[in-house]
Amino acid sequence: MLSPTSRSDSNPAITFENVRIGFEEGDILRDVSFQVRERETLVLLGETGTGKTLSLKLAAGLLRPSQGTIRVLGKELSSMPERDLLEFRRHIGFVFQEGALFDSMTVGDNVAYRLQEDGVKDDEIEPRVLEVLRFVEMEHTVDLFPSELSGGMRRRVSIARALINQPPIVLYDSPTAGLDPVTSQTIITLILRLRDVYGVTALLATQRLQDGFALANFRFDPAAKRVVHTVSNGNAAAGAKFAATRFLVLREGGVYFEGGQEELAGTKDDYLKRFLV
Amino acid sequence: MTLQVLVADTPLQVAGREAKTEERITVAGVFVNAAKSAVADVQEYAILCGRTLYAIFTPPYYVQDILQQMDNIGAGSLPIILLSGFFIGAVMVLQTGSQFTRFGQSSLTGDVVAIALVRELGPSLTGLLVTGRCATGIASELGSMLVTEQVDAMRAMGTNPIRKLVAPRVIATLLTLPLLTAMTDFMGLLGGCVASIFSLRLGAIEFWRRAIDALDFADLMQGFTKPFFFAFILATIGCYKGLTVRGGTQGVGRATTQAAVLSSVMIIVADAFLTKVALFLANKLF
Repeated sequence: MLSPTSRSDSNPAITFENVRIGFEEGDILRDVSFQVRERETLVLLGETGTGKTLSLKLAAGLLRPSQGTIRVLGKELSSMPERDLLEFRRHIGFVFQEGALFDSMTVGDNVAYRLQEDGVKDDEIEPRVLEVLRFVEMEHTVDLFPSELSGGMRRRVSIARALINQPPIVLYDSPTAGLDPVTSQTIITLILRLRDVYGVTALLATQRLQDGFALANFRFDPAAKRVVHTVSNGNAAAGAKFAATRFLVLREGGVYFEGGQEELAGTKDDYLKRFLV
Repeated sequence: MTLQVLVADTPLQVAGREAKTEERITVAGVFVNAAKSAVADVQEYAILCGRTLYAIFTPPYYVQDILQQMDNIGAGSLPIILLSGFFIGAVMVLQTGSQFTRFGQSSLTGDVVAIALVRELGPSLTGLLVTGRCATGIASELGSMLVTEQVDAMRAMGTNPIRKLVAPRVIATLLTLPLLTAMTDFMGLLGGCVASIFSLRLGAIEFWRRAIDALDFADLMQGFTKPFFFAFILATIGCYKGLTVRGGTQGVGRATTQAAVLSSVMIIVADAFLTKVALFLANKLF
């Protein structure tokens, strides 16, 4: 399963055009536009409540924008009926902030959930579940319940659950929030592996700039089976190829900054500098 | 605001949002807002009921979930139903028997207990007991799933929460509540029989003969139609309150209480209307 994809690098996988959404309290996103190209990772940065999670939910079709259009994998989500959205979401992986694992099911059943929904035979489900659990190094937890896992383990199981049907796009909602540095590094390594080995397009919401810089500066080397610096061995071209990571900063409902790591790191803007401290 | 939005909505900590302009609070304004909120609630509940009915009558079905819920709602409620039914029947005999004895008609006790239980007390008491146990359980379970984003996770994986979470609970309640009502009726008559033997010195055979003879087909129709309505009310209100939780774990507690109160009141209100309709139909048809 989990085989490297051979998609084009230039097509937009996710497109937001003049998206606006608000609730009773007021607009949360106003006139937001951006694109995520295939195999690219877009890191969404912003303070609490600036609409990062909301953007992910809009990209997954879990919410509809009040205005504007959202296209994912060439499909216009804003006007898609719920029935078609349910089918569409099977092509998207979503890693929720706290994992959102079904607490009444074992880890194995959580990961197998989507396959069971698709009517895949039991004898085919088990090896696939074990394979993705092995990928996130959680094979030994297959019979445990989510309540028996630590926060980091739950996130890894959540990633495994999102991967089970090899989605071309994975949406990560603050995957390292509240985790210790070592566990955060494990999660980031998993995200790198998904991006660099399997060509997964990612939209990653986070408040931790170091996560974004880790994605921009490192890549997973499948041959060496370890994370290496993107410009290691002086191979900057290879680094550029793999480091398809851009940053987008949301502020007060709009896009405040969009660009690469160098632009962000070298910014003179006072607000952006607050993220760099 | 539609249910879909409510289902997907999670607590948002919004900073730097436009400050709302200060509105002057008036008595009329408070009433208007309360009325609007009530109408919106009814609208959302109606949408949920419509979608649930559609899910009940169209495939796919989650058979495993239905069976699991039947075990939880039906078999799980059996002990309280059996105990309550038995003692309600006994109390009815004790209360009515003493009055009938004054007129030398203690043998009528079986008639009264049978009619009251089958027509009225059995369905409504079972409905209220199952509400207390299951509508609250449904609301808290779904509410907890909502606040921990499990419902969103389900939707994100292409599962319709109405089909997966609501429909199985409603179907299970629809299938089990009439059976539980039958058990309440039987246990009530058994309790009444025991009480009449020891309290009124009536014979068991006479009590059962009079109880069975007193019942018409219309009584049974009335007594076994009501549970379907009560089941739909308690299950859908429990699901609605669970899926519209706001305010984290505190909101789950609030939703649980509201589910119990609202379901109980609605069952009693519906009972009054259903009784009137059933009596009208009994006169016309039987």
